[in-house]
Amino acid sequence: MYKSHVSHLTHDFKTLRNLMAKASPPRSGDYLAGLGAANSLERVAAQWALADVPLKQFLNEALVPYEQDEVTRLIIDGHDSVAFQPISHLTVGDFRNWLLSGQATTATLTAIAPGLTPEMVAAVSKIMRLQDLILVAKKCRVITRFRGTIGLEGRLSTRLQPNHPTDSPAGVAASLVDGLLYGCGDAVIGINPASDNLEATLRLLHMLRGIIERYQIPTQSCVLSHVTTTLKAIEQDAPVDLVFQSIAGTQKANDSFGIDLNLLQEAQDAVLGRERGTLGNNRMYFETGQGSALSANAHEGLDQQTCEARAYAVARKYEPLLVNTVVGFIGPEYLYDGKQIIRAGLEDHFCGKLLGLPMGCDVCYTNHAEADQDDMDMLLTQIAVAGCTFIMGVPGADDVMLNYQSTSFHDALYLRQILGLKPAPEFEQWLQKHQIFDDKNQLKQQAHIPELFKPTLQKIMGEADE
Amino acid sequence: MNDDTYIVPQDPWKNLTQFTPARIALGRAGNSLPTKASLEFLYAHAMARDAVNIPLDFAALEYRLDGLGYRSLMLETQAENHRLFLQRPDLGRLLSEPALACLQNIPQTHTDAVVVVSDGLSSMAIEHHAEPFLNLLLPELQAKGYALPPVCLVKHGRVAIGDAIAEHFGARLCIVLIGERPGLSSPDSMGIYFTYRARSGISTDADRNCISNIHQNGLGYGQALKKLLYLINESEKLQLSGINLKDETTDTALDSQRKQTNFLLD
Repeated sequence: MYKSHVSHLTHDFKTLRNLMAKASPPRSGDYLAGLGAANSLERVAAQWALADVPLKQFLNEALVPYEQDEVTRLIIDGHDSVAFQPISHLTVGDFRNWLLSGQATTATLTAIAPGLTPEMVAAVSKIMRLQDLILVAKKCRVITRFRGTIGLEGRLSTRLQPNHPTDSPAGVAASLVDGLLYGCGDAVIGINPASDNLEATLRLLHMLRGIIERYQIPTQSCVLSHVTTTLKAIEQDAPVDLVFQSIAGTQKANDSFGIDLNLLQEAQDAVLGRERGTLGNNRMYFETGQGSALSANAHEGLDQQTCEARAYAVARKYEPLLVNTVVGFIGPEYLYDGKQIIRAGLEDHFCGKLLGLPMGCDVCYTNHAEADQDDMDMLLTQIAVAGCTFIMGVPGADDVMLNYQSTSFHDALYLRQILGLKPAPEFEQWLQKHQIFDDKNQLKQQAHIPELFKPTLQKIMGEADE
Repeated sequence: MNDDTYIVPQDPWKNLTQFTPARIALGRAGNSLPTKASLEFLYAHAMARDAVNIPLDFAALEYRLDGLGYRSLMLETQAENHRLFLQRPDLGRLLSEPALACLQNIPQTHTDAVVVVSDGLSSMAIEHHAEPFLNLLLPELQAKGYALPPVCLVKHGRVAIGDAIAEHFGARLCIVLIGERPGLSSPDSMGIYFTYRARSGISTDADRNCISNIHQNGLGYGQALKKLLYLINESEKLQLSGINLKDETTDTALDSQRKQTNFLLD
């Protein structure tokens, strides 16, 4: 039983799970699940009570039973008590103070990461303002490598997302060229295939390999098919750089995605068996998003933000190159408006970074959400200030295959201009060598086609002129 | 509005737009989106927002169907307003008390199939496509000798609302026409969901077949009808629908696009 005394009233919260849900800043998904606080006073009472909970309590009271959920077992069995030691005496409220203090340096935050559980991190985020989430995330540094080095200080990477409604190779190539010539694509060139089958996946994988090799682009490719499809592709010796999978924070939700921890392990082992990198071996790419467990009716009574943080425990087991919270994709029944999407994006980035993950954010919304480009500009700017590892690059912010609005190549250039953020060093070098960026990492003043692409593009232009 | 090319240089790869509907080669003002592209985006978003938010004129639809000789019923779900409909998909799957009472008043006779039309997430999709599509579909169903109750027009419905209606009539086949989540380039896309022996609260997405993307630049009415009739025939043979019922109709347009070569590697 957790209690707090606020405004002459005593509030009781039966379980830690219940307390976490009631302490969550408001969002539609928690109300859809019947878990949210009844009113503002109950929420703040829960936040007071949560602030008094010792971090150790999260090791004693599993929010989803250990026996029934392999994600809980992963969290508990994988907990590093030595790393936890420096903060093991703190309550959630003290932990917030500690994170904001000078004691929490980049080095100490890196050192304690294996000692943190997703629930501890979710709990502290619930009593933090946006500026707290930004300030602490900014102190975290997570560096991963495959063909480039991602996550260095002062850098922002981009996923080039050249989706096409029918996976037309020329259609994909057109968006891909547009993105490269706008300086995007160092995190990954990642395509969501219109149809998730082996044939389509193989076709796209070979095409991306061909482009990366011919133009010597220091990046990696990914076709975002189901992990079982990618495993089959690996068996057929297809050029798989990164294995993609959507993941969630409960065993039941992962089950609804057709995955479990063993399958992810099998995929990581398979891809590590095919050496393709030059710098490092982070070979997994995960996507997550608040509300995904609830939408599969697999949230186990957990609020959606805690569920989301638990997905990061799944992610970190496999040393991913990239983790992407696709924050506004799921729709208004989980995150109703711009305000809820902005907060969720910053919470996810903070939780992921604190747990040691290379967190990016698909700053996005759907047309039935109460959100618009102004809301996206808020989240885009704030999450870049917070040190977000990567964002998406979609032509004109309009994904014509998935039918939602993400961030554009122009959006990335905006961040580079106002915050002085550079792409990954290897990609930066490539952009400058081919006269796409100048030495200040800005696009060249005059629009032009670099020598590298002239032969191919001039042929197309010739055809168009005829 | 056209951008001054002195301030906004054109991207020299403009003709790549022939290969994709994506917003490529937009040019830039400084590093930012030029005015024209920015306004075009706002326009598309406004269309999509209105598709979601402007209520469907159900009475007008009923009147038009009546003019074609098709009777219909107007029903609504427990999502009593638009905000609630967007936040509570569960309520959009349940019929309201008055709607249930309305159904109770219809004399129960043998029924093979129900046709349900709902605004869903795009009233514009139903406004544009429901009547012309029904005008193709209903004669086909009648020609098969199917006994059909009036077309059910459901306000604030989700896909699963068809299950409750099919179950009420004891119908074997449930066909739901619904407005799909609008994209910037397709605010009026209609989807068709087909379920064999739908059961309220039990049927899931895995039990349904979906024909999606029906709009002017997407799937045509004729192609959609062909797919639906194929699914109906196959489901009657196999006595099921959903993941074990595959749509084997070919899509020649898609195939030829997929086989196109990629100019970057030629």
